Amino acid sequence: MSVTSVDKDFDNLTLTLIADFAAPAERVWQLWADPRQLERWWGPPTYPATVEDHDLTPGGSVTYFMTGPEGDKHRGWWRVTSVTPPTSLEFTDGFADQDGKPATDMPITTVHVQLAERDGGTRLEIRSVFDSREQMEQLVKMGMAEGFQEAVGQMDALLAA
Amino acid sequence: MDRLFHALADTTRRDILRRCVRGELSVSRLAAGYPMSFAAVQKHVAVLERAGLVVKQRRGREQLVCTDPAAVDRARQALDELESAWRGRVDRMARLLADTAEDPEDNPTEGPEK
Repeated sequence: MSVTSVDKDFDNLTLTLIADFAAPAERVWQLWADPRQLERWWGPPTYPATVEDHDLTPGGSVTYFMTGPEGDKHRGWWRVTSVTPPTSLEFTDGFADQDGKPATDMPITTVHVQLAERDGGTRLEIRSVFDSREQMEQLVKMGMAEGFQEAVGQMDALLAA
Repeated sequence: MDRLFHALADTTRRDILRRCVRGELSVSRLAAGYPMSFAAVQKHVAVLERAGLVVKQRRGREQLVCTDPAAVDRARQALDELESAWRGRVDRMARLLADTAEDPEDNPTEGPEK
């Protein structure tokens, strides 16, 4: 397992994920910097991504669409706010309508990516922050994942403590 | 403890939450139950409010605090979904890195284009 730790901060609507890879930082950076590589990991296997624009410079943007099992297309975008190859990248990440216009009723997160050499490999830290609680709730309404029951059970147990 | 539960990690805050589950209470009623200042209790309520666990409503001169159980679930779910999305991505990254480490010449889309 590459994921070393996951931290969820309820107050600040932030997910922090740390992963360690055996590859050097330059190589890991290419996963983000090369659109052909990016599209091989960004979308889940059932919704593979196709990257259209890819400009990793401050103010630049990345646009892509994910194609679902029914041929349905889901568009998304990044707005790059800062970039320092091969160690850091910051962008906002959102969805768009069919014409590529940013959707205002879909969640937006700000993503901070840090790469650091560690024990001959690379430590990747991803911090993803919801812009607002409303947006966080939009993600839930979209129902992108399953299996919440266990989590809710944990919460119940904690509240009962 | 997972920082997700920061808002819930405090005994007073859990107690406030339990009392509010039983029915809405004013901040002053809540504060009377703890050996701490009104301001301190207000701060705890604010943490719970930011975490979406309770909502405050003004009724007349009083501020009533009530829980929003649906919000607890929703907030938790949203972070879970984000986690599952990123875990999937990291797994795919790891597989890509492993593939290219094994067959650097095999994939025309890989490798530095310099």
